[in-house]
Amino acid sequence: MKPDKILLDHGSGGKISHGLTADLLLPVFDNPALAMLDDGATLNVLGGRIAFSTDTYVVDPIFFPGGGIGDLAINGTVNDVAMCGATPLYLSVGMIIEEGFPMADLERVVAQMGRAAKLAAVTVVTGDTKVVPKGAADKIFINTAGIGIIPGNVNVSGANARSGDVVILSGTMADHGMTILTQRQGLVFESNLKSDSAPLNHMVADILRTGCDIHVLRDPTRGGVGTTLNEISGKSNIGIRIYEDRLPVKPAVTGICELLGFDPLYVANEGKLLAFVPADQADRVLTAIQRSPYGEDACIIGETVDEHPGRVFMKTRIGGERIVDMLTGEQLPRIC
Amino acid sequence: MTLKHSQDFHDPRIARHLAARITRISRKPVRFMEVCGTHTVAIFRSGIRSLLPETISLLSGPGCPVCVTAQQEIDAFIALAREPETIVATFGDLIRVPGSGSSLQREKADGADVRMVYSTFDAVALARENPDKRVVFLGVGFETTAPTVAAAILAAHQQRLDNFSVMSAHKIVPPALEALADGTINIDGFLLPGHVSVIIGMDAYRSFFEAHRVPCVVAGFEPSDLLQSIAMLVDQVESGRPALENAYPRAVSPAGNPKAMAVMNEVFAVGDADWRGIGTIPASGLAIREKYAAFDAFRVFDIRLKPAPEPKGCACGEILTGMKIPPQCPLYKTVCNPMAPVGPCMVSSEGTCAAYYRYHGDG
Repeated sequence: MKPDKILLDHGSGGKISHGLTADLLLPVFDNPALAMLDDGATLNVLGGRIAFSTDTYVVDPIFFPGGGIGDLAINGTVNDVAMCGATPLYLSVGMIIEEGFPMADLERVVAQMGRAAKLAAVTVVTGDTKVVPKGAADKIFINTAGIGIIPGNVNVSGANARSGDVVILSGTMADHGMTILTQRQGLVFESNLKSDSAPLNHMVADILRTGCDIHVLRDPTRGGVGTTLNEISGKSNIGIRIYEDRLPVKPAVTGICELLGFDPLYVANEGKLLAFVPADQADRVLTAIQRSPYGEDACIIGETVDEHPGRVFMKTRIGGERIVDMLTGEQLPRIC
Repeated sequence: MTLKHSQDFHDPRIARHLAARITRISRKPVRFMEVCGTHTVAIFRSGIRSLLPETISLLSGPGCPVCVTAQQEIDAFIALAREPETIVATFGDLIRVPGSGSSLQREKADGADVRMVYSTFDAVALARENPDKRVVFLGVGFETTAPTVAAAILAAHQQRLDNFSVMSAHKIVPPALEALADGTINIDGFLLPGHVSVIIGMDAYRSFFEAHRVPCVVAGFEPSDLLQSIAMLVDQVESGRPALENAYPRAVSPAGNPKAMAVMNEVFAVGDADWRGIGTIPASGLAIREKYAAFDAFRVFDIRLKPAPEPKGCACGEILTGMKIPPQCPLYKTVCNPMAPVGPCMVSSEGTCAAYYRYHGDG
């Protein structure tokens, strides 16, 4: 049953979202920069290279432990630009605000954006504000776009994973997604969960400063680490093996995931990155990540393998092996 | 159960020891059926299949409540979503299940008010907050969920919430075991469901076991629980001494949970039920008693189930009864996948086809 209407699944970040991009958008906008489908586009401009990226933020609730839609909108685009190996410099901000939205809340959102931009050392240089009648949008939606400069010797892309690489994850999985979920109506947990929303551009700069041969940088947001690894294995046409017992997840997040039937591998992160680097340089990169802000829990979670190109496998804690597939639609809770 | 406790059951040393023991003692080729969808997923996720010897085949049974829900019931759920001034509250798994012409997800995109809830009590709260709307909860599940649905009906009764109702498609497990054991499929042992057994207790399987003398072990959900249970089944098969055993004693008692059973029996009466792939099984469903008729969506909305054929070519029925495994279905991965599911086994997170698709690759 092929849907003739947009369903929530189309926005999940998983296979169904990918189908929409591949079937509808790519044929129309057909160009090599877009076809790379990285977190941002890499463009040749005036003899140099820039990274350009955009993202739209519709999170509900708009304020949550660890952040809010304001800092998320800045950090998310900063990170997408940084994942191209670029130094993010300038951002645009477009806001769609629902009629009746409290001015105090708007001030709080804008203050969050200001603090986040300062922390990431980026400048918001242009913007737009639209107000729509009550009910035509829910509270506030924010779009940001960003550009940054890619240093001459840097060449990172989801298509560059190679044989002999290890996979580094910069910290614990699923903090953001489970925080948002537990904040939603009807799910009251006593926990100290908070979103990991954070700018990763300084971490990326620290990684690049090692001089190591960085092949891939990606931030596993919607769809989680599992989906991002599948994208990388597909684009690089290489197999990836990860180890269940190395995957970092906070105990409280593990507990709530188990309770609600979520797999942390597919839950969104907003302040984590995946790096693919040659095994013999991994220690240097890992140390750089661990020393940078937001990277203290970084670890090596797996490696590329020559078998099964395009597929991700997991060695389970008890020594078994299974496939890690891409998220298909919205993750659903268990029913029995 | 604390988290630490649960992690003990992930201990790789215990699991490897159990897997090695199974490989050592298993001689006869056997087919074991896990009757619970949560078991199916836990087995795949932990990679247990890759640790078992070739002598052991694991089949998934009719233990995914969404999957065994009959097509005409799915169609009735969708019809409820089209009722004016009505909020349909459901667990998430049902939302994408295809009916004969639509799904709750499509109805939602068309403007129907379909809400995903995590508890039946959230649906009761919806009814309280929306006094001018009718709120109907789609009751799908086994003995695990039926008591909480019953408790929600009792709460609505107490609060005199006359805009709350439940369309009960609940089913109970032991009669399905009877239907499977009487069928054409040869099953050498059953991994009995852990959560259901917490409620109904070991004793509920006694008459089934005495009638069929087939190896039965109630299993928990951690990797070591499952391997331990498989080892116990192999022991029974190899020794030729079938038994009804409990490998989940930290949660399952002989009598189960009498309080939960009492609440369930207060609200629900046992009746015949249609199961996808199996057909009508006598005394296998739970219908709302006359006393609580005001909360019975069948009466409130005057629902008449219309016969509906199962999707053409879909082998869900044979997969639910262990007669086929998903790669043997001609639609599997060709036209049926989690993005465009033909049958519920591909869409429910506990469905066998979805588990194969997600965790098993091309095998």
